[in-house]
Amino acid sequence: MNIINLIKIALNAMKRNKFRAFLTMLGVIIGVASVIAMLSIGQGSKESIREQISSMGTNMVIIHPGQEKRGGVSMGNTSSQSLEGRDLEAIMDNCPSISAVSPEVNNAGQVVFGANNCPTTIFGGNENYTYIKKIEVENGHMFTTQEIKSAAKVCLIGQTVVDNLFGEGADPVGQTIRFKKIPFKIIGVLEEKGQNTFGQDQDDLLLAPYTTVQKRITATTYFRTILASAISEEAVETATTEIEEALRISHRLRDSDENDFNIRTQQELVTTFSSVSDLMLVLLGAIATISLIVGGIGIMNIMYVSVTERTREIGLRMAIGGKSKYILMQFLCESILLSITGGMIGIALGIGTSSIVKNVMGWPTIVTTDSILLSFLFCSFIGIFFGWYPARKAAALDPINALRHE
Amino acid sequence: MQNNAIIEVRHLKKDYLVGNEIVHALRGVDLSIYPGDFVAIMGASGSGKSTMLNILGCLDKPTEGDYILEGINVKSLNKNQLAEIRNLKLGFVFQSYNLLPRTSALENVELPLLYNPVIKAKERRARAEAALESVGLADRMNHLSNQLSGGQQQRVAIARSIVNDPVIILADEATGNLDSHTSYEIMALFQELNSQGITIAFVTHEPDIAAFTSRNVLFRDGVIIKDSLTQNHMSAREALKAMALETHPEG
Repeated sequence: MNIINLIKIALNAMKRNKFRAFLTMLGVIIGVASVIAMLSIGQGSKESIREQISSMGTNMVIIHPGQEKRGGVSMGNTSSQSLEGRDLEAIMDNCPSISAVSPEVNNAGQVVFGANNCPTTIFGGNENYTYIKKIEVENGHMFTTQEIKSAAKVCLIGQTVVDNLFGEGADPVGQTIRFKKIPFKIIGVLEEKGQNTFGQDQDDLLLAPYTTVQKRITATTYFRTILASAISEEAVETATTEIEEALRISHRLRDSDENDFNIRTQQELVTTFSSVSDLMLVLLGAIATISLIVGGIGIMNIMYVSVTERTREIGLRMAIGGKSKYILMQFLCESILLSITGGMIGIALGIGTSSIVKNVMGWPTIVTTDSILLSFLFCSFIGIFFGWYPARKAAALDPINALRHE
Repeated sequence: MQNNAIIEVRHLKKDYLVGNEIVHALRGVDLSIYPGDFVAIMGASGSGKSTMLNILGCLDKPTEGDYILEGINVKSLNKNQLAEIRNLKLGFVFQSYNLLPRTSALENVELPLLYNPVIKAKERRARAEAALESVGLADRMNHLSNQLSGGQQQRVAIARSIVNDPVIILADEATGNLDSHTSYEIMALFQELNSQGITIAFVTHEPDIAAFTSRNVLFRDGVIIKDSLTQNHMSAREALKAMALETHPEG
């Protein structure tokens, strides 16, 4: 008996009971569709967090100063004033895995233009700042090294500040605004980035040369943080080690001393924030899997009914020469066909649902090949597993009794 | 004359265990069937004729005695070998037709050949068509089984039984569900097939049906009490004509 005849026999049997076959498949269809849809939602939200975090910078490594203790009293985690200009040079000179470095200083205050004013934060960086933080200059240009050296009173402004001071759609380049009474000439507008994952408005800022902020506003020489960009995503880890070494030397730490700085990477942020969505993914997957198992039990149930109902047919098949193993294979084949056909319809439905969720509800969804492959394999397994016992029952029938069955 | 027998049954006994009681369904049967025979196996219910047919059909095995089918002693075969014998050498016709529901006549007739891996799809189709033609259903091939009358369904079943060129057709009360006119038609078909050389064993309890066969074997209480050739057995065609005259005397 070849496999084509077997599939033909099973298909004919299914054709005779189209509606029942469909109802039986429904369990698997819904199960698979929900696995695909759920996983795509989970995967989508995970991916969107990853994307948002990576949009915060280019392979970014963030160096915070360590905590300072004054007379045994901790001043807080990033309180020390240990990061300075020479650290910047140390990193640039000794870390081949780093492509760009920028200091970051900031200060909160009121910005004023004409009769309008609003609270905002001024950030100071060097010419690499926009590259490292993945900010585009939409209109105008970034400040130059010359302007940094001379602590020029120029700035770029975020979209929120533009809206607050100039009204929506206005072009503020060339105007002068005041931040803490210091006049700044606007040389560019930063591209809108919207809120970040943590709900912060990323467009509510002024960006100026760090020298200007240090000398004219905060009157300090240390940096709040140093931002660095690794040459590639893979190089981030090496870069971290290199920076650690460079800074320990630059800070003249002895082997027994602890680091007086902390290094964090974007990857760490991704890991931290995606742990929640990982959990969600597992939960959604588990619920969907349960529905798939319920679908499988549905197949088993129908196959049992089918065997009882078709006892005479089985008897006939045996009488005209169907060996027990062919009967077993026929019923197994039927349940596998049911579950695989159901699985395919379910995959299509799942992909459809996920695109509806994406387009109508605006949730990010990603259908992965893994989830399709997984549910397909699971379906075949369900077909075999839940079809086995009914098929065994059919194959074990005695042809004489089966033919007499009413 | 023993040498060319298709079926040779010697001292066949069959016991069933029903509850704690042993029922002796067959108590020592000897029977030979030769090529071209048209045997009616008769007897009241409980006489052992159905048990006999089950054993002849390789669906059941005797408790004692030998059953030799075309030189093969069936006793020594296992379940799968029995299924193969049934597939290649035997044809079955049942009282209740046992066609697959909602399946075309052609597919029903093809069924035994589907279980024979040697036969390709093309040959299968051709043989099924030929079998349906020989039972007079050339124009009904694609009708579903539930669209056919009882007589037509039984014809499909007969076509199914001859499609594998069996050495013998075993019919179990094949006319039991049909009215007498249709029964005669079916018997006419059996006579026609028999005249083409097909051997038939026909279980029935109706003497008027048995009259159309060429040899009657009568069972009672598990033994054969009579085995006789029917002298000048009736033609079912003639009987049909006579029946038509009775209902329409003017024709």
